[in-house]
Amino acid sequence: MARIALASNLAPYTDGVLELELEVANVRQLFQALGERYPELRVHLEAGLAVAIDGEIYQDALLQPIAHDSEVILITKIAGG
Amino acid sequence: MSTMLKYQERELKIVGTRPLRPDGVDKVTGRARFGADYNLPGQLIGKVLRSPHAHARIKSIDTSAAQALPGVKAVVTRDDFAEMPDEYAAVGELMINFRDVTRNMMAREKVLYDGHPLAAVAAVSEAVAREALALIKVEYEVLPHVIDVVEAMQPGAPLLHENQYTAGVKPKPDRPSNVAKRLEYARGDLAAGFNEADLIVEREFNTKPVHQGYIEPQACLASCSEDGQAELWTSTQGHFIVRAQCAKVLQMDVSKIRVTPTEIGGGFGGKNNIYSEALAIALSRKSHRPVKMVMTREEVFRATGPTSGANVKVRIGCTRDGKITAAEAELNFQAGAFPGSSVNQASMCAFTRYDLANVRVVGNDVTVNRPKVAAYRAPGAPIAVFGVESVIDEMAKKLGIDPIEFRLKNAAREGTQTYYGPKLGPIGYIQTLEQARAHPHYSAPLGPNQGRGIATGFWFNIGNETTCSLNLQEDGTLTLMLGTIDVAGGSRASMAMMVAEELGIEFESVRPFVGDTSTLGFNFLTAGSRGTFASGMACVIASRQVIEKLRQRVAKIREVPLEAVAWKDGHARPAGGNVAQFAPMSLAEIAKMAGKTGGTIAGHAEINAQGAGPGFGTHIVDVEVDKQTGSVKILRYTVVQDVGKAIHPAYVEGQLQGGAVQGIGWALNEEYVYGDDGVLQNPGFLDYRVPVASDLPFIDTVIVEVPNPNHPYGVRGCGEVPIIPPLAAIANAIENAIGLRLCQLPFSPPRVLKAIDDAAAAKG
Amino acid sequence: MARHHVSATVNGDGVEFLCETGQTLLEALRDELRLTGTKEGCGTGDCGACSVMVDGRLVCSCLMLAVEAEGKSIQTIEGMAVGETLHPLQRKFIEHAALQCGICTPGILIAARSLLARNPNPTESEVRYWLAGNLCRCTGYHKIVEAVLDAAREMRGG
Repeated sequence: MARIALASNLAPYTDGVLELELEVANVRQLFQALGERYPELRVHLEAGLAVAIDGEIYQDALLQPIAHDSEVILITKIAGG
Repeated sequence: MSTMLKYQERELKIVGTRPLRPDGVDKVTGRARFGADYNLPGQLIGKVLRSPHAHARIKSIDTSAAQALPGVKAVVTRDDFAEMPDEYAAVGELMINFRDVTRNMMAREKVLYDGHPLAAVAAVSEAVAREALALIKVEYEVLPHVIDVVEAMQPGAPLLHENQYTAGVKPKPDRPSNVAKRLEYARGDLAAGFNEADLIVEREFNTKPVHQGYIEPQACLASCSEDGQAELWTSTQGHFIVRAQCAKVLQMDVSKIRVTPTEIGGGFGGKNNIYSEALAIALSRKSHRPVKMVMTREEVFRATGPTSGANVKVRIGCTRDGKITAAEAELNFQAGAFPGSSVNQASMCAFTRYDLANVRVVGNDVTVNRPKVAAYRAPGAPIAVFGVESVIDEMAKKLGIDPIEFRLKNAAREGTQTYYGPKLGPIGYIQTLEQARAHPHYSAPLGPNQGRGIATGFWFNIGNETTCSLNLQEDGTLTLMLGTIDVAGGSRASMAMMVAEELGIEFESVRPFVGDTSTLGFNFLTAGSRGTFASGMACVIASRQVIEKLRQRVAKIREVPLEAVAWKDGHARPAGGNVAQFAPMSLAEIAKMAGKTGGTIAGHAEINAQGAGPGFGTHIVDVEVDKQTGSVKILRYTVVQDVGKAIHPAYVEGQLQGGAVQGIGWALNEEYVYGDDGVLQNPGFLDYRVPVASDLPFIDTVIVEVPNPNHPYGVRGCGEVPIIPPLAAIANAIENAIGLRLCQLPFSPPRVLKAIDDAAAAKG
Repeated sequence: MARHHVSATVNGDGVEFLCETGQTLLEALRDELRLTGTKEGCGTGDCGACSVMVDGRLVCSCLMLAVEAEGKSIQTIEGMAVGETLHPLQRKFIEHAALQCGICTPGILIAARSLLARNPNPTESEVRYWLAGNLCRCTGYHKIVEAVLDAAREMRGG
């Protein structure tokens, strides 16, 4: 199971849960699983979250694979100016 | 599939040198065409009617007299634009609430700031257009307004949006608020951390909105045909984003709008959004003629996004040895008339330069009666870092620790866990601190009323969707079609350099162009310091694809196996060893035969570039304070920054110098001045004082290169970091010069003088 | 409203155009003569992007009425290069990367040339003060000042 952590600013949308384990093979499945568990998080998932998988940050990379022992962190997306 | 190309150390021939840029001659002769330089036969001039009130309900708009004026060919108001649902829609990677986009473009129920558009006309000349605007009758119900962010947060403040309830708060509030969103990052145990501290410093800071200050006002030209297609020329940082936003608000197919980006006369984040583009298209559709819309400087100030003004509270605790034990900040950012400031990014940048176990950052996104804010170079970060780096400096001084030493003791490094999520990869923060300390500037002597300050900055940098197309022309030269806009005029050269490096050919053989939206797939806008990083990666991929095809083609032409063909120094050569020998072929020779041996050779890339590497910088500034006038003069300035790899060092230097000077302007003079009526009083360059040549010394730059492992040349974006440190560096230098800690930006002469006089009065 | 007929010399060529009473020289250059090298950054004489020479004098063309150009000799950026040969200032700007977006560049080149015409050996400070009326938001002025000083050096024969 991949270990999933959420950045602390997402706590209001997951009733305070910031760590969990999920059986998911890629980012898209991760978002689907999280969206099902935490409906309030759904609107933020595809819209505004980037994913760090084993230390590398991915933005808008729905098909990026997640290994069974990966460490995944969800963070807010970055833009710029 | 997301794309990351790993860094390879190698000997470079072109990357890292300083060839002359391909667009230079056009720009020094006036030939280059910017937004307002385009004209079409029969064009009309479009002008916008803007609200004179900071906050009012629109009771009625009567355009009949304007429509009847001879020479007026079209008028549009809110009635000409569809209502947009209150939901976020994707525009590339951006999620935008089009309910707000359409209202910022043209007011519907209310006007929310002085300058808010509510009608537009197209007429045969500017004079007639202005006359028409004066004939539009609007009935307003003027409402109380609120400009200040702290005031706007109070219950009972005038409310901009009746349906806005603070997001991110549990349980959901029962009353609407100007606070659109609250966010919080937390890590560790703050109370325990502060308990451990020998010294705690707490300060409150206030900053004013500042404008990106691009010298070219927004300008566009739209031409619609009877079959519903539209052509648009506009000065923008993101033509694909313009196309997407226009398509949505106008309810058109994306492919029916062809957007050509003109040369852009500065953007810095302020040209990431549409302002008049959809209005011009709508007017052109109605009038059946091209419509040109150019903003005046006054309109630019009144109605295009500045950055947020903010209220910032910072509290940090450390041991007497200078080890930070706890840090917290509250960032209250003005979003302007609609939600969506950069308070989130500011929150993520506030403390990231330091390795902290116990951190808390709370951010509030607050709507106020000002123009909707837009991004400005490292959006949000300069404001948060102004507070944090000022407090850090104060702590170092109180403990008698050198400011660079203090930062080194707490510095983030590879593997440091950030408080907003991931661990940091390889970074160059410590290197910039050490090189700053070793720089002669750091130990140069200072005179009376002179002081030195340092401060540091961090920005994430991004990648995102990027496409390009590389075509081998029949004489062996190449055209490189790019989709990422070249805002500073250097990136198209840097792209050509990387292609030339990959192919082993001369830089002049590769001609780069930025294509319109019909030539390539979606490209994200140029921001986030992504241009050289992401576009560079796409160019390298396209180049390598071309090389593969060249090898295959030569194998066929020379009738040898593919493994026998190597590509070196612009030629296909025998791979060496025991493989088949053949006469080498140059690019020109292959190109000449290409058509008859299978077709033209080209490469392309459509990627979503991942793996952007964060950048860090350390600045040193010397100031002299004139105690009679409060004037602060910059005596000396040094920028030290890790850019991963400087593809073209002169362009990197230009980014470091330009960004630092924008920060200097932000620190010393720039601010929006509003009257009690909520109307902007200084919408012009006379009273909105940006730095001029005589305000500044030469800006020294030191380029540090810690390669980004996720880019073939090690590139980290560099454009945004340099604007972050100056605010605090100058505050720290002023403190060093006259012993006064200033917490209110800008440090304009009246403010500095008042602080000096107040301090003298307190003493005496 | 009847328009005014104006005859003038621009970059050595005799020109004629029609303009309204309130039109500025900047507008006439750009919209009537289609010489778009001179830029509008502010329209109020604060940014210098519209700098031109009028009878040998450095002027903000947005502060001059088009009708005032009658009989005058005007120099714009389009006349700075001679045929294919760039002026040393133009060359040095490219060499030194003294431009980024390029919108302020025409105005700065015109202003710098007028400086070097009256003072062929300016100090750094003199260059900075002369160019104080030309705003640049991209470069921080560093490479611009270097380029002007280098061009001055070359033009003196150094």
